[in-house]
Amino acid sequence: MPEITLVQAVNDALKEEMRADDDVVVLGEDVGVNGGVFRCTADLVDEFGEERVIDTPLSESGIIGAAIGMALYGLKPVPEIQFADFIWPAFDQITSEMAKMRYRSGGQFTCPMVVRTPYGGGIRGGHYHSQSPEAYFTHTSGLTVVVPSDPYDAKGLLKAAIRSPDPVIFLEPKRIYRAPKQDVPADDDYVVEIGKAAVRREGTDFTITCYGAMVEVAMKACALAAEKGWEGEVLDLRTLVPLDEQALIASVTKTGRLVTLQEAPKFSGYSSELSAIVAEKAIDVLEAPIRRVAGFDVPFPFTLEHVYMPHAERVLKAVEDVMTF
Amino acid sequence: MSQDLLQVISESGKALKGKKPGLSADELVGMYRSMLQTRLLDERMINLQRQGRIGFYVPSTGEEAAQVGTAMAFEAQDWVYPSYRVPGLFLQRGVPIDKMVANCFGNEADLCLGRQMPVHYAFAEQHLVSISSPIGTHIIQAAGTAMAQKLKGDDGITAVMFGDGGTSSNDFHSGMNFAGVARAPCVFLCTNNQWAISVPQEKQTASETFAIKAAAYGMPGIRVDGNDVLAVYDATKKAAERARAGDGPTLLELLTYRRGPHSSSDDPTRYRGNQADSWMAKDPILRFRKYLENQDLWSEAQEAELQTELKAEINAAVKKGESAPQPSLETMFTDVFANVPPFLREQYEQLVRDEGTGHEPDPDAAFPL
Ligand SMILES: Cc1ncc(C[n+]2csc(CCOP(=O)(O)OP(=O)(O)O)c2C)c(N)n1
Ligand SMILES: [Mg+2]
Repeated sequence: MPEITLVQAVNDALKEEMRADDDVVVLGEDVGVNGGVFRCTADLVDEFGEERVIDTPLSESGIIGAAIGMALYGLKPVPEIQFADFIWPAFDQITSEMAKMRYRSGGQFTCPMVVRTPYGGGIRGGHYHSQSPEAYFTHTSGLTVVVPSDPYDAKGLLKAAIRSPDPVIFLEPKRIYRAPKQDVPADDDYVVEIGKAAVRREGTDFTITCYGAMVEVAMKACALAAEKGWEGEVLDLRTLVPLDEQALIASVTKTGRLVTLQEAPKFSGYSSELSAIVAEKAIDVLEAPIRRVAGFDVPFPFTLEHVYMPHAERVLKAVEDVMTF
Repeated sequence: MSQDLLQVISESGKALKGKKPGLSADELVGMYRSMLQTRLLDERMINLQRQGRIGFYVPSTGEEAAQVGTAMAFEAQDWVYPSYRVPGLFLQRGVPIDKMVANCFGNEADLCLGRQMPVHYAFAEQHLVSISSPIGTHIIQAAGTAMAQKLKGDDGITAVMFGDGGTSSNDFHSGMNFAGVARAPCVFLCTNNQWAISVPQEKQTASETFAIKAAAYGMPGIRVDGNDVLAVYDATKKAAERARAGDGPTLLELLTYRRGPHSSSDDPTRYRGNQADSWMAKDPILRFRKYLENQDLWSEAQEAELQTELKAEINAAVKKGESAPQPSLETMFTDVFANVPPFLREQYEQLVRDEGTGHEPDPDAAFPL
C-alpha cells in the first residue's frame, strides 16, 4: 500500500472514480491546470480533459447551481469550493435546492453530487480561510455531511460519497492536508462506509468525540490524561450526518463521561447535538456533566489564532473536570 | 479582446496629441511618489513574508497606475470600497504607511487589532471601507452607500474597486443593477489584470471586454489603459464628475497585468509557465517617469533622493511594526457586539483563569495559499 497524504488521497479517489465512471466531473475555481490551490485536483485535467475538469468563473452559486443541473441530468459532479469560508454565495443552492430536490419532487429528481471543500483553522488564514461551518449543513435535512481525519478515510469516504445516491458535503481538514502520511489501499473497490464512527483509542474512563483535525488533538489530550492515570476513548465520528448514534451511546455507556471536541464556535455547534442525544438517551450512565470544548463564540481571529484553536491542554482541563466531578 | 483603449501618454512616455493631464506639476509628482512608494512597499513586504516575519502579502506589481490614478480622482468626502490589491490607493488617499505596515504585522497598533489577515485594511477616517476576503460582496454595498448619499443629498460619491474575477460574482450583477436603476452616484472600477489566480480572463467571461457589460445595466462602460496613470485619472475623474452631477454610475475597465504571483502563497509557474509575456515588460511607473522627464518635471537626482527617502520611511514603519506587541487576549472578545455580553465575558474569564495570558504562537503555522 502506498504512503500518501490527505491531499493525495483526495486526488487518488477522484482519479479512480473518474476512470471508473465517465459521468464523474470536477468543477470549481483553479481546479484545472493549477490543480486546485491545495493541489487536490492536480493532473486531473491532463488525464480527463477540460470538459470533465472545468475551471469555472468566480461564482460559488454558479459552481453549485451548475453542478445541480448536471446531477439532475445524470452526471456525478464533484464541485470544489476553494475554501469553506466562500461557500455562502452557494448556500441557497445547497440548502434550498440540492438538499430538498429529492423530497420536494417525490423522488422524481435527485442530486447525487459531492461538494468538496477545505475547512478549519490552524493555517494563519484569518476569518475567511479558517472557519468550520459544519453546523449550518448538519442542520439542513437532506444533506449527508462527512469529515475525514486521515488519508485512509479521506480516500475511502470520498469514493463512497461519489457513489452515494444523495448529495454529500465533504469537509476536508486543510490543516492536516499534508501530514501525516499513511498507508492507503490502491484498489478500486476499497471504500469506507458512510455513517460509521471509528474508535481511535480505547479507554474506560471518559469519551472524547471529535472529527477532522481535532482527532489528533483528542489523541494528544488522552496521552496527557494517561499520565494522570485516566484512560480516554477517542471516537472519531467521520460522518456527522447520518450520525453513528450507536457508537456514541456505546462508548459513553462504557466510560460514563463525555467531553465533546470541535473547533467551530460552541454556541449551537454540532457537539451540542451530541450532548443533547446523550442527555436524552443515556443520562443515567453519566457520572459527570458533559463538557464541550470548542472554539470561542467570536469570529475566527488572525493574530490570536493560536489562542482560539482548541489544544490538548485545554481538552485536558475538561477531562479533569469530568474525572474529578 | 478589442484594443480601443483610452490613453493620455504613449507606452514610451510621450504626451499624446491633444491630451492634457489637467493636473499641476506638484500633483503629477505626488502621484509618481505614491506609485513608487507602492512598489517599494510591496517589495519590502514580500521580502518580510519570505523571511517569515509577516504571514501573508498580496503584491500589486505592475498595477500601480490603476491604484493611484483612481485615488487621485476622488475627494475627501467620497467613500471608497477598495480591493485587497490596491495599496497605492490607500497611500495616495493619505493613509499613514506605518498604519498599513502595522496591519501586516497584525499587532496592537493595527486599527483592525490583528483580527484580519494582512492587507485587509480598514481606514474609516479616509472613508476606506473594511476589506473582506469574499470576492464581490462589497460591490453591491458600494451601490447602497451611493444610494444613501443620494438620499441624504450629500455631495459625496462612492467608488468600488474589484478584479476581472469579481465580475463573475452575484454581487457584481446586483451592484451594477441597483446602481443603474437608482442612478446612484457610484463609480465601478474593474482592474482587469487578466488573471483570477490561475484563471485567465477568457474563462471568466465570453464578453468581448469587461467594459461592455455596462450596457446591460444602462450605464456607460469605458476601457482604459490601466498602465497609463493619466488616462486612469482622466477617465475616473469624468466618471466621478458624472456621478456628482446626478447623472448616475459608470463602469471603468482598467486594463493592466498581474505581473507577480496572486499572493505570497501562489506559484504562477504552475499555470502560466515562465513565459515572457509581453505584458511583463510594461511598467506603469517607468512609463510615467519618462513622461515626467520629458516634461522636465523629473530628474535622475530627484529619483535617487526620493528612493532614499521612501525606503527610510518604510524601514522606520517596519521597525515600529515589528516591535509592537500583539493585541491583548481581551481583543478577541470585544467588537463582536457593541458590548461584551455575559456569555462571552465568561468565556474570556475562563480562558484567563485556566491558561493565563501568555500564549505563544505555533511556529509551524503558515498560510498555504
Ligand atoms: C467568494 C470567493 N471565492 C473565492 C475566493 C478565493 N479567491 C481569492 S482571490 C481570487 C481571484 C480573484 O481574482 P480577481 O477578482 O481578478 O482579482 P485579482 O486577484 O486578480 O486582483 C479567488 C478565486 C474568494 N476570496 N472569495
Ligand atoms: Mg484579476
